[in-house]
Amino acid sequence: MNNIPVREERTLRFHILRHNPQDSESVPHQQVFEIQEADSMTLFIALNEIRENLDSSLQFDFVCRAGICGSCAMIINGKPGLACRTLTRDLPEDIFLAPLPVFELISDLSVNTGKWMRAISERLETWVHNRQEEVDLQQLEAPMEQSLAYSIYELERCIECGCCIAACGTAQMRDQFVGAVGLNKIARFRLDPRDEREDTDFYELIGDESGVFGCLTLLGCEDVCPKELPLAAQLAYMRRKMASV
Amino acid sequence: MLTSASSSGRGRKELKRAGSRLVASVESKSLVRKSSRWAAWLDVLQGVSGLVLLLFIWTHMIMVSSILISKDAMFVVSRMFEGVYVFDEPHPVLVSMVAVVIFCLLVIHGIIALRKAPSSYREYRQFITHANRFKHTDTNLWLLQVITGFILMFLATAHIYQMFSQPGNIGPYASADRIWTNTVWPLYLVLLFAVELHGGVGLYRWLLKWGWFGLANNRQQLKVAKSAITGFFLILGLLTLAAYIKLGIEHENHAGERYRPVSFMQQMENP
Repeated sequence: MNNIPVREERTLRFHILRHNPQDSESVPHQQVFEIQEADSMTLFIALNEIRENLDSSLQFDFVCRAGICGSCAMIINGKPGLACRTLTRDLPEDIFLAPLPVFELISDLSVNTGKWMRAISERLETWVHNRQEEVDLQQLEAPMEQSLAYSIYELERCIECGCCIAACGTAQMRDQFVGAVGLNKIARFRLDPRDEREDTDFYELIGDESGVFGCLTLLGCEDVCPKELPLAAQLAYMRRKMASV
Repeated sequence: MLTSASSSGRGRKELKRAGSRLVASVESKSLVRKSSRWAAWLDVLQGVSGLVLLLFIWTHMIMVSSILISKDAMFVVSRMFEGVYVFDEPHPVLVSMVAVVIFCLLVIHGIIALRKAPSSYREYRQFITHANRFKHTDTNLWLLQVITGFILMFLATAHIYQMFSQPGNIGPYASADRIWTNTVWPLYLVLLFAVELHGGVGLYRWLLKWGWFGLANNRQQLKVAKSAITGFFLILGLLTLAAYIKLGIEHENHAGERYRPVSFMQQMENP
């Protein structure tokens, strides 16, 4: 007895934006691939099927296929999202895929988010700043309140997939804008008692129009974040803190 | 950079090879620029000036809608703003003064808000491409705010100047004649939509932006409230404009004559 409802099998048309900037002959163009939809099919499965059976030159990034590594972010029917967390049954038959904007294009759907994230991390100094000369790694860390640890962890869940940047109108216009990912990181280190930086120090990092005061509150970031981070609340909180420095 | 380069062996070598030498390394505090607090103040000022303008425009809307009650009601309201109940005689210059203050606020708000708008064709195109692809309400609402903001900078200025230069010409017949006989109604119709949409979206975004009392988590409710308020003021505004147009048509043959409420004048003459 099989009680699992069987869905009508659809033929999906994938319209994929293709371009390889390394190849001087390459011109950005859209290719259409047709595949049969399978039960519980994700875009990760579909893209692998296309690469396996239809075009082995198709490039896209995957590592964890479980929404943890943040490699497979792409524009899915106009909206940034993780391919591995997107079920084809939630999409129409025509699926348009494009690489994330803002980031450097490697090829087809693969972009170099790592380079961008690294630059933001260096610029915003997203590590614990301790004025102590030497940290004794053998020593036990001072205990932290459970609730505080949880609130740090809540923000720490960011996987740097780049969806918030691709969904940000400000980031499209202004290359220097640090975006929700950057501001969320600052909020995270601001909570951390091991980081000895004060609000005046953070102001030096994000207290301008490439930081928190450049945000237009379009809230695309919050609407697309695959980890559902409370970005709107965090941006508002950081803005209030920075305005009262 | 020079000091650190010269202290290392490789740095010295490079300097030598270039045939140059380090003459002096002066530390100057003025070179280490601290981020300006102005970035924060501008953001605060943008919101506060917008809020004051919005509260003004809502009050303004309710006051001019007094024509929906009666000509007498509108007459009383217009005389009140000329200070009749304080100085015992009308001083239209008070209206001119308010016009100047509102104009200054408009300029301040406009200049500060402009820094957020696309400042080149490239930026504009990037944003439009993004908005078309993303189809995201809050992104599109911002575009609406940029457009209505531009409309207001020009059209509100025209209206404010008229109020500044002819502050005495506000009253049931005076306003109706201006709107109909002098054909100012198209200006008011565009202004009504521009100001209500801009103000409503602006307030909604301002509350989300600063997120007091956990407002940032209640976007849907805020959006509903915003739409309801904007809808209310648009309907009130359209009804008010229609009332003035109707009065203007009726009064067309006597355009220029002022309204004289009998009961009101009697009150003034025999207190």
